[in-house]
Amino acid sequence: MTMIFGVPLMVFMGQLMLGLINGAFYALLSLGLAVIFGLLKIVNFAHGAMYMLGAFATLLGLQYLGLNYWVALLLVPLVVGGLGMVIERLILRRIAHLDHLYGLLLTFGLALIFEGTLINFFGVSGSSYPTPAALQGGMNLGFMFLPTYRAWVLVAALVVCLGTWFIIERTRLGAYLRAGTENPALMQAFGVNVPQLITLTYGFGVALAAFAGVLAAPLYPVSPTMGSSLLIVVFAVVVIGGMGSILGAVITGLAMGLIEGLTKVYYPEAANTVIFLVMILVLLLRPAGLFGKEA
Amino acid sequence: MTFNRKTLASSIALAAATLMASGAQAQMSDSEVRIGYLADMSGTYRDLAGPGGLAALEMAVEDFGGEVNGAPIEVFSADDRNSADVGANTVREWFDTRSVDLVAGLVASSVTIAATKVIEENDGLGIVSGSAASSITNEHCTPNHIHWVYDTYPLANGTAKAVVEQGGDTWFMLTADYAFGHALEGDVTKVVEENGGEIVGGVRHPFPTSDFSSYILQAQGSGAKIVGLANAGADTVNAISTASQFGLTQSGQQLAGLLIFLNDVHAMGLEDTQNLLLTTGWYWNMDDQAREWADRYFERVGKRPTMVQAGIYSSTMHYLETVAEAGTDDPETIRAAMAERPVEDFFSRNGRIREDGRMVHDMYLARVKTPEESTGEWDLYEILATIPAEEAYRPLSESQCDLVNN
Amino acid sequence: MATTQHLTPAMQRQRNARLRRNGLYLVLIVIGLLAPLAIYPVFLMKVLCFALFACAFNLLLGYAGLLSFGHAAFLATGGYFTGIMLASYPGLTPELGILIGTFAAVVLGTFFGVLSIRRQGIYFAMVTLALAQMMFFFFIQAPFTGGEDGLHGVPRGELFGLISLADNLNMYYFVFAVFVIGFAIIQRAVHSPFGQVLKAIRENEPRAVSLGYNVDAYKLVAFVLSAGLAGLAGSTKTVVFQLASLTDAHWHMSGEVILMTLLGGVGTLFGPVVGAGLVVSLQTQLAQSPLGNWVSVILGLIFVICVLSFRSGIVGEIQKMVKKNFK
Repeated sequence: MTMIFGVPLMVFMGQLMLGLINGAFYALLSLGLAVIFGLLKIVNFAHGAMYMLGAFATLLGLQYLGLNYWVALLLVPLVVGGLGMVIERLILRRIAHLDHLYGLLLTFGLALIFEGTLINFFGVSGSSYPTPAALQGGMNLGFMFLPTYRAWVLVAALVVCLGTWFIIERTRLGAYLRAGTENPALMQAFGVNVPQLITLTYGFGVALAAFAGVLAAPLYPVSPTMGSSLLIVVFAVVVIGGMGSILGAVITGLAMGLIEGLTKVYYPEAANTVIFLVMILVLLLRPAGLFGKEA
Repeated sequence: MTFNRKTLASSIALAAATLMASGAQAQMSDSEVRIGYLADMSGTYRDLAGPGGLAALEMAVEDFGGEVNGAPIEVFSADDRNSADVGANTVREWFDTRSVDLVAGLVASSVTIAATKVIEENDGLGIVSGSAASSITNEHCTPNHIHWVYDTYPLANGTAKAVVEQGGDTWFMLTADYAFGHALEGDVTKVVEENGGEIVGGVRHPFPTSDFSSYILQAQGSGAKIVGLANAGADTVNAISTASQFGLTQSGQQLAGLLIFLNDVHAMGLEDTQNLLLTTGWYWNMDDQAREWADRYFERVGKRPTMVQAGIYSSTMHYLETVAEAGTDDPETIRAAMAERPVEDFFSRNGRIREDGRMVHDMYLARVKTPEESTGEWDLYEILATIPAEEAYRPLSESQCDLVNN
Repeated sequence: MATTQHLTPAMQRQRNARLRRNGLYLVLIVIGLLAPLAIYPVFLMKVLCFALFACAFNLLLGYAGLLSFGHAAFLATGGYFTGIMLASYPGLTPELGILIGTFAAVVLGTFFGVLSIRRQGIYFAMVTLALAQMMFFFFIQAPFTGGEDGLHGVPRGELFGLISLADNLNMYYFVFAVFVIGFAIIQRAVHSPFGQVLKAIRENEPRAVSLGYNVDAYKLVAFVLSAGLAGLAGSTKTVVFQLASLTDAHWHMSGEVILMTLLGGVGTLFGPVVGAGLVVSLQTQLAQSPLGNWVSVILGLIFVICVLSFRSGIVGEIQKMVKKNFK
């Protein structure tokens, strides 16, 4: 059997696959952060909470309204994205003129509120969400048994990431968005409703997080704390990639998933810390991040 | 109508109190019996003990009649937020400003170890119901606390022994990479090897871990018959559901959960957990006596009680009965008197309190039912065997506790 | 007095202000000395430790404009190192243990500082958060921290080998002294030329650069000083409570210290003290009330309210009021 650094090739391939799937979550979340950061210039600390709300909405939709997975996949990002727009309209807008650090603090407060409230109603044990019937079972790839659902997650996440990239880089709306990022005042002068654009952008970024949450629901136990610890890792991913480019966020996310996956085979003890170590390395060699522009 | 032993006991106690008039009452410090309930009310262990444990404690006080020998029982509670210093601080304050007589609850092991040190300093009394660490009555034992419901020793040993005896003789260990996981792994390894089994591999995963797929894949590749989960809480839950997604059990391997509770199984559902073997200190549906109490609890709380919540009722009742009998709430006297009384109720069978503070009682080996076998939301376990009290816990001969003469 | 007559009105004003300030400090010290007679000393010690922690954090946010989201790492490092030293070397006196813990925090602070000041603003916050999370994982896995169970049984010992700290009042006066020293260091730093340069960097970094200041060096010194004082707070806390646990290393702790500072008043000397007092009291009160389950929600709400409409914090608002009405 072919061995790679003492690990059979088949196991190695399997681990790469799993790493890529985890990377897809990092990519989706850091993409949402990058989109929001582009126009609002704030780091959305509530991003993890929105991811969690996405998963919870999926679970509760099934339990109380009988909405199946596919309906949730469409509906939940819209609903949570709508909530995001309300938050932007009512709260974030009031501090838009201030130092962007206040945005970080405000969204941190919001994250605490969402998390704490859900803990009071649902506890922290977490509930499981059944894998949708069409995606049950798995396929034998030769080198591993891949549950169908995980394959679907990878495909869905990549499609959404590429779709987002397409919208931003190739459509008129995206052009407005990019222009708004560069010079909001000029855009306003050209008759573009910038405040509305900002609301929509925040809503869209949040919807991406919620979408990731829906994808996660059948994979991980749905619990109020599922978002916060993931978010810190995503922050490290963002620091590594820099929030300069959409594609950069996606590529860094996937790459970090792969690196983490390999660590789990060769030195599992460091699996939680390896991304932070990469971050330190990047900070030493390229302080602006892999895809960032020097300030 | 449940006319049980408690009501009888309390009526006798009441009668005795009337006879002794104010004589007995004068023995209670501040003429009140004060019980402080310290637990995680909002975090990870909320569902294991939390508000439900407080409800169980209050049920015990109400069933007892709300007073001991004429001295009213006061109950107060605090959320330790799983923080050792918040917990220790709260207990210290209870002693300094509210002269607490009994500290109950005590869940996260870090909080418990910190709190019991404070209880010892203040010559108080604590009953630990929620914690898992067996060190609480081993190297961290004090003359001032009792560990009531379970600890990791019977959980790991009971399960490992039973599994090996059933033919599960090759193990792959999934271990949480910190002191607790290492200790659990060590216990299991010892039992497995003593019983003729073999550990063929393992992986130490960071704590906490949300994605177990990589480790489950490694476990599948090991060819071991049994995958032992030397972790707890969310890690165990994650590992089990991931194993189910990757068809671990379908491919002929079996999971052994070493630290898993009713609320975890309930949260995960039977689809993922079916046929899991585990050891428990109590199960609500194990017999009529247990069921009767669980029904009353269900009416009040709307959930079935975990073993910890049942243990809180049992230990509080044992404490109050002892106080009524002894006519004092002096901690040292009560601690000694509690050990003299056997613990025999809906929760504990063949129970007694050892000199190291460990309340040993019968433990049970259980198998999680399949969805087809289960008849309701809470019909989750089938009890396979009873592990006798004297065999279940760490023998005193192996104890490192200073209170044990070795 | 003869000299008084030669002072210009501006100098006179300054002198008066200084006298008033010194008077205020004196009154506060007397209050601090008498407080344990009226209030539960262990609670007071907790407040003082967190007040020092918040003051250290505020040095960075309030005077250098750097929002660190990883200060829990320094609190925990100080705590763990002091705890380990005191628990394993029974002969070690508590003040030496605290110095060792503080030194460990300084070393870690230098390392974090060198890495994090390479990025600014929001990136700085994320970098510090990520680094602190890495330390959290380290503390869980390290063999000497007791993992989730924490480090227990740290002896309070005898100060200078003479005064027993087992007594709560002795302990309190020691903690109070530590706090006063820490506060004095911050006060001196802020009012020194060093503090002025920091403020200049906060207001306009490019300008400070063009004036020839080595901005990064100033930031790094501020960072290390802040980390060291946070470590001092953590070390002292470990001696008081005789334990060190993961709670101090968790990112929630980094959030809490931000809340204390924000609530009390960012960039004011006393703000963090007031904020720490309020947050600690609130947590203590809430924990024992029926609202106990809602602590984090309530803290979140306070966060939102502070950011939306109370950005100067309590002390900041009072200062504004005083300026408006008495000038």
